[in-house]
Amino acid sequence: MKIARMVAIVVVSLITLISMGGSLLPGFDYIRQDRKHFSEGPSYEHWLGTDAVGRDRLARLIHGTRVSLLLAPAAAGISVVLAFVVGAAPGFAGGVTERMAKAIIDLALSLPWFFLLLMVRAMLPLNTSPAVSAAITFSVLGLLGWGVPARILLARARRLRQSEFVALARAGGVSHRRLFGVHVLPNLLPVMTAQFWIAVPVFILAEANLSLLGLGVAEPLPSLGGLLRDLESGLSVRSDLCNFAALFVLVVMVSSLQVAFMKHEVS
Amino acid sequence: MRRLMLPLCLLLLALATPGMCLDELRFYLHSDPKTFNPGLVADPDSETIRYLTGGVLVRLNRQTQQLEPELATAWKVSKDGKTITFQLRQGVRFSDGTPFGAQDVQFTMTVLMDPMLHSPTGDAFRSGQGKISAAILTPDRISLTFPAPVAGLEKLFDQVAIMSASSPKKEMAVLGPFYVAEYKPGAYVALHRNPNYWKHDDAGRALPYLDAVKLEIQSNRDIEMLKFSRNEIHLINAMDADYFDRLARLAPDKVRDAGPSLDSEMMWFNQASEASVASYKLEWFRSRNFRQAVSLSINRDDLCKVVYGGHAIPARGPVSPANKYWFNSQLPQARFDQEDALRLLQEDGFRLVDGKLVDRGGHPVQFSIITNAGNRSRERMVSMIQADLRAIGMQVNVVTLDFPSLIQRISKAFNYEAAMLGLTNVELDPNEQMNVWLSSSDQHQWNPRQSAPATSWEAEIDRLMLVQASAMDDKTRKRAFDRVQEIVADELPFIYLVNQNALVGVSPALQGVVPVAARPQTYWDIEHIRFSVERANNAN
Repeated sequence: MKIARMVAIVVVSLITLISMGGSLLPGFDYIRQDRKHFSEGPSYEHWLGTDAVGRDRLARLIHGTRVSLLLAPAAAGISVVLAFVVGAAPGFAGGVTERMAKAIIDLALSLPWFFLLLMVRAMLPLNTSPAVSAAITFSVLGLLGWGVPARILLARARRLRQSEFVALARAGGVSHRRLFGVHVLPNLLPVMTAQFWIAVPVFILAEANLSLLGLGVAEPLPSLGGLLRDLESGLSVRSDLCNFAALFVLVVMVSSLQVAFMKHEVS
Repeated sequence: MRRLMLPLCLLLLALATPGMCLDELRFYLHSDPKTFNPGLVADPDSETIRYLTGGVLVRLNRQTQQLEPELATAWKVSKDGKTITFQLRQGVRFSDGTPFGAQDVQFTMTVLMDPMLHSPTGDAFRSGQGKISAAILTPDRISLTFPAPVAGLEKLFDQVAIMSASSPKKEMAVLGPFYVAEYKPGAYVALHRNPNYWKHDDAGRALPYLDAVKLEIQSNRDIEMLKFSRNEIHLINAMDADYFDRLARLAPDKVRDAGPSLDSEMMWFNQASEASVASYKLEWFRSRNFRQAVSLSINRDDLCKVVYGGHAIPARGPVSPANKYWFNSQLPQARFDQEDALRLLQEDGFRLVDGKLVDRGGHPVQFSIITNAGNRSRERMVSMIQADLRAIGMQVNVVTLDFPSLIQRISKAFNYEAAMLGLTNVELDPNEQMNVWLSSSDQHQWNPRQSAPATSWEAEIDRLMLVQASAMDDKTRKRAFDRVQEIVADELPFIYLVNQNALVGVSPALQGVVPVAARPQTYWDIEHIRFSVERANNAN
């Protein structure tokens, strides 16, 4: 299992390096439209061909991966921090606070988040640059996606509160703050890390879902979700050998989950 | 054994008889028809049923765009434009056998004009206060008088399906080529051949040729394409260029490009006084030079080539060239000239600073264009416009919204800067566009519901539209509407982009389908559509 985890980390690191480094190279212009060569296959000029309006697919794949790999972890970070505040802290506190937190989490989980996401996105200011709109889209995903991790963290914090070593520390006169900081938090961190790694591919897919509806990252900025839309076609899903967006999403998902499961097992 | 032989023989005989094989045409409706009452039709699916089942006094030939006699053999409009007299065809019966006469026309018009019914078809006839009067001159001659002149009066009867005044089946008794035999909500509408239909072909054979039409209800366009490619349905009335090209590669004999349609794609800037837009931007949007510069900077040829795969033409104005009579052929071709665009902008005090355009107040020229999410052609087009305008230093933010949010912004909240949408034209007559061009109208998108026209050119458009709506001779109407088109092409409240072609799918098994630009593109001549002899032989 250690090998699988190592491979996953190497793959994710490699994709991250390529996307970060490649996007800095000159010549990889993801905006320029070569209207004489649109929807074409690989050529000397365009190694992966061009999209429907003549933009270089390789440049868009590299930039799109960078956008998704930068913003999805950021959204996952927001989500886990919120989950910690709403779930872990009340779970450790117990009593009325815990019951209220459970009610809030249940309410958040029962909301049709996708429609909520559509609604929130429709209310956003129109005149934001594509980069800011991408950041807003992922932030909204992060702000709405804390429900499940919060429930898991709450359960874990409650279990820790009721554990023998915490009872022993409390009987030994350890202060509430120190008890949480020294004894509980280190035990919550593996769960939080696992939740973070699970959230990363979930948010990449959520952005892909929004993009499939045309509501993802704004043009001309690419994202993995936006690139997946190119696979849509009239009669069925098109088998496009030059569109690696789906492959990248799959690899990032599997690798992230691999890391997450290993973390989970550690915890 | 003998007992069994007779039914068996009869069964075999029945199977072997060619007449027993139903010629059933199949295509899709995209949602359930909201009504079968021809007076209440307001949605395209109910319109399809009305077109296939309704008998009308006159019919607009979708190919020649000329009126042709149907249940009325002749008609005459009075000089004041208030009265129309119809000479009716004799010996015609409804699908249930009830005879047709002048009292049915009188009944239909009374129903349509009933204010309690709120009939969209009837609304087209409401030219002034007062009631319509119908005088039955003889059993086959009727005169209808309206309280005020109605422009293009006779053409409006293309939409009026005559209902029976005496049939117990009420609106389900029809005079068209088919009648509704069965309806399963959410599944299909089955139409059967009207046995009493009055038309015959040149050889004296009763029309229509088809025995039945099955309209299955299917909203998913992908399924429609799949079923069509598998020959499970026979017609697709409209498809986008992506679908068309893909089908053309798989089965070139199944798709047809009928040339420019009546529809157009356009963009516009929000000029409404209550717009939630910065005042300096409102100043840009209200400048003719600014709008012209934007128009000049858009490469429409590229839009046609890249987005529509060549199945579109650059738009010249509010009317498509497919509308043979009302299109103003004197309008100039839309130009692509970014140098001229910059010159116009300089006249208004704009200047380029480090490749970015700023106005005389130093504000960078940046605005957003909203359009509906999910429409790939439109999304590609707006992406190309974004690139074109970047070349003259304008920064455009593209925002795709779900349709309800988009409509909320453009018709209620007015919190948008520019929008891009399509205009679907069903009718040829400019009267249908009154709600777009009158400055007091809700649909006057760039600046709706004006108490008085905000500009002199809008006042002139108001005047000309009223002239064309009240003039009785087509030449005066045409002159007025031509001028409206010239003003719009010059002032550019709407920047027209392309007229996409009418792209349809027709099964090779069908004969007599002549695709046209006007709706319904494929089955407008339903009576003469039939299955080919080879198909019939194969079926047998």
